[in-house]
Amino acid sequence: MTGPDANMPQNNGQGTPQNTAQDTGHGVEQNELSRRDFLRRAAGASAIALAGAGLAAVLLDRQGPPASDAATSAKGLGDFSMAELRGKPGRMAIVRSEVRSRVDSGNAQPDRKAMLERALTALGGLGAFIKPGDRVLLKVNAAFATSPLLGATTHPDLVAAMAGLCLSAGAASVALTDNPIHSPESCFALTGIAEAAAKSGARVILPNEALFAPVSIPPSGNIGGRLIRDWPALAGAFKGVTKLIALSPVKDHHRAGASMTLKNFYGLLGGRRNVFHQDINGIIAELALLVRPTLCVLDGVSVMLTNGPTGGSLSDLKAMNVLAVSTDPVAADSFGMELLGRAVTEAPYITLAQTAGAGSADYTTLNPQFLDLGA
Amino acid sequence: MNAENQAGPRADNTKGLRPLLRIVAARRISQAFFVALTLWLCAVTTLGASFWRLSGWQVNFILQLDPLTALGTMLATRTWYAPLVWAVPVIVLTAFLGRAFCGFACPLGALNQTFGWLARRVTSKLPGSRGAALRARLADNRHSPWQAAKYYLLAFLLAAACFGSLQTGLFDPLPLLFRSLNMTLAPVLDAGFQALFLKPRHYASAWLLFAVFAGILGLNFLRPRFFCRFVCPLGALFGLLNRFAPWRVGKKGDAAHGECGNCTLCDTYCEGGCRPSGVLVASECLLCMNCLDACPQGRMTFAGRPSAGGEEHLPEPSRRGFLFAAAAGALSAPLWTIGGLAGQDGGTGKNPLLIRPPGALDEARFLSRCIRCGQCMRVCPTNVIQPALGEAGLEGLWTPVLNYRLGSSGCQVQCIACGNVCPTAAIRPLTLDEKLGQGKFAAKGPVRLGTAFFDRSRCLPWAMERPCLVCQELCPVSPKAIHTRTTFEPIRFGQAQLTGAQGARLGLTGLPKPTVNLGSGDYFLRPAGLVPMNSPEAGLRRINAATWTGQGQTFTLDAEPQPGQGWRTAPGSVVEVLVRLQKPYLDAARCIGCGVCEHECPIAGLRGVRVSYENESRSGPGRMLV
Repeated sequence: MTGPDANMPQNNGQGTPQNTAQDTGHGVEQNELSRRDFLRRAAGASAIALAGAGLAAVLLDRQGPPASDAATSAKGLGDFSMAELRGKPGRMAIVRSEVRSRVDSGNAQPDRKAMLERALTALGGLGAFIKPGDRVLLKVNAAFATSPLLGATTHPDLVAAMAGLCLSAGAASVALTDNPIHSPESCFALTGIAEAAAKSGARVILPNEALFAPVSIPPSGNIGGRLIRDWPALAGAFKGVTKLIALSPVKDHHRAGASMTLKNFYGLLGGRRNVFHQDINGIIAELALLVRPTLCVLDGVSVMLTNGPTGGSLSDLKAMNVLAVSTDPVAADSFGMELLGRAVTEAPYITLAQTAGAGSADYTTLNPQFLDLGA
Repeated sequence: MNAENQAGPRADNTKGLRPLLRIVAARRISQAFFVALTLWLCAVTTLGASFWRLSGWQVNFILQLDPLTALGTMLATRTWYAPLVWAVPVIVLTAFLGRAFCGFACPLGALNQTFGWLARRVTSKLPGSRGAALRARLADNRHSPWQAAKYYLLAFLLAAACFGSLQTGLFDPLPLLFRSLNMTLAPVLDAGFQALFLKPRHYASAWLLFAVFAGILGLNFLRPRFFCRFVCPLGALFGLLNRFAPWRVGKKGDAAHGECGNCTLCDTYCEGGCRPSGVLVASECLLCMNCLDACPQGRMTFAGRPSAGGEEHLPEPSRRGFLFAAAAGALSAPLWTIGGLAGQDGGTGKNPLLIRPPGALDEARFLSRCIRCGQCMRVCPTNVIQPALGEAGLEGLWTPVLNYRLGSSGCQVQCIACGNVCPTAAIRPLTLDEKLGQGKFAAKGPVRLGTAFFDRSRCLPWAMERPCLVCQELCPVSPKAIHTRTTFEPIRFGQAQLTGAQGARLGLTGLPKPTVNLGSGDYFLRPAGLVPMNSPEAGLRRINAATWTGQGQTFTLDAEPQPGQGWRTAPGSVVEVLVRLQKPYLDAARCIGCGVCEHECPIAGLRGVRVSYENESRSGPGRMLV
């Protein structure tokens, strides 16, 4: 506080004797500057003047501020689909299983890991999709901080199974992410996904503010270029990622018809994304273009038939014991509508996504393999 | 604290056994420990499983040591809440040893002492002014009759507490420090690291909270430990509790130590302004122990005998001032009630936005316990618990209130963190079963915080012909409290004439290009003027695609329009575009007031759905529904 005060007497001590000496030597020129003093002061004044003029010259802004300072947008989050399948029908396997007999649990469910392995084997093994060295990102649905029993989020068993299989297939790393509705830490913890990730060696990427960057969707047909325009998306989670796998539950959704794979990608958006509900089908169709997954797993083991997408009660769920693996997210969702007992037209975004070239709205065109796992 | 700066010989200290640690050094280590513990406990009051998160840490430990909190809640509620029994050892310690808490433990006291030292350390660097600095320091640390002020404040606060209005937390240094750390320093410092929070935290009136905190630290430039000496009601309580302390600081009078030279070095470094060189004001001694360290003759002791210089207990004891302050405090509590803001008599006058966290007691009992420490606001994972500025009236300044416009979501249904960190149970520690109305609480139903109300002049489907329904999607109860009724309504400028029809494809003319995407699945076509008799959906055909060309418009419908449903496809027939709207309604009996709908409503300013306190569980007779 008193630092400057401490220096002041010293300055005075230096300056005052000089002045008095000069004053006494040149009595007539009292109050006038000496040449040296003048030059010193002129140099200092020039330095300040030059600094001012220089700053103005260097930082001169002739245009004034633009209307918006939005950064340049990336075009989507990337295409992670298998190159050899682009433009061709995707591949799909559907597994049904009996409920595992477990005396100790009132909520017996079939073994998702066995179902996943069976479906992948039918598609040539996970090695056909994940190569050694791949960096895999799992897009889970962790939207709500609720128990996995309520079926509103991706089941932790499925997360652990997929992460484990990816690592066995030689993946260099497996990460998972979502930008949920509730607070992210609570969501990953209460859904059991954080624990599943820790057990299987996957890393949870929490949607830190710094991970969001603006993206735009280039128009494709009459989809795109309209809603996701310079909109913040979870781009940071995709850094270095070479494969994307979506793990989605099958849920009722009053506004959109259903929430499955494509709606799961809503969790890649940031900002006040809820404004897009005004055109829910348009936004979900754009999400199909925002990112193209390598694989999609649709978990129909316990399907939320009512009160979606939050559920909240076991009575909202129905055991269907089905799991589908597909390279085509649109086809996966069209199969999900069948699980929900609804026509594909009840979720118009599925047809819109097909029109935009994101996949097939009729999963039977993929000639899916139907497998039965038994008990 | 600066005894080591002075050059005088300390003859006595070198005699006999030299202690391992000088008492002043021990005090500094203890103070540093308690400051570090406070910071650590603040940092770990974050939900999470890792060891540096809320996982078994006694995050309220320092707050629970506070006898003023214990006494205040005891007077206001006539009970001693079990977690506050930690105050008992502090009371016992003070009764026998004096204000050891102030000198050795209080983290705000340590900060005050540090700031007072910083201010004077700089001053003493003035060249040639060492003598002046010492004189200034002596003047600063001289006992002042104004130190009685804190006793009057204590009397005011305790009298108010007797009548049910607990205001101690506003001035009590421990809640004050936690409040300041939780809501100003932690969020500001973490913004650069994001170690504690994923998103920047928001706290209403944070600037005012910080202004008070910074002001308290700044006052140390006027007098060292200004707050401790003149304001601190907890210090005043300690000053009363040490009335009969057998051990205290004092001057030795025996001739073996020679005459006291009245050098006043003990006064010069006295943190409490308790006049150790003369008639000691015992209640003001903070046990800083600087006098023991400063005395060149080693005459100052901490021992079981009165000071040779004489003793008095309180500064300027004025029974009249005491009674006056107590009377003012006793009057203040009923005066708050006159204001009617606390919702007495069935809730009239209460601010509709006064929504308390889940488990909060009814307003009167809540205000008899809340110490405004901000622990609930710190731990809330969604950051919706905010310090009240005006919502709860002046009496409820900085008490927790839910603001669903701030934060990352509403009140999370499966979260019970706030009640479980509340040190005084102003917010009761709920179990999940009790909050959700499960198990043995099934008959009672879930804890309700308020009720959502739709503003039909702002809600998109109600006011602007736009589908939306985010609120219904995120309503977390089952069955949802927000339900819908579907209507089909003609859009503005939505009429056109048919120019031709080929199956499901229609040619139209006269339809201006609308501002919405008619092919998005939400829009339908119907013969104009068709009055549906049996079903509101009669004659409706969903528009799958719509394109505009120079000549007119081409619509693709989901199926071929049927004459049996009222369609005429001859050129010139008039059709109209309708939007399918799912309009939200609220089933108040199912709404728990969690506010997710309000938080997520895309009408960012004044939301289209807003929660106010009506029907909250804690109100009892003030509930809305019967």
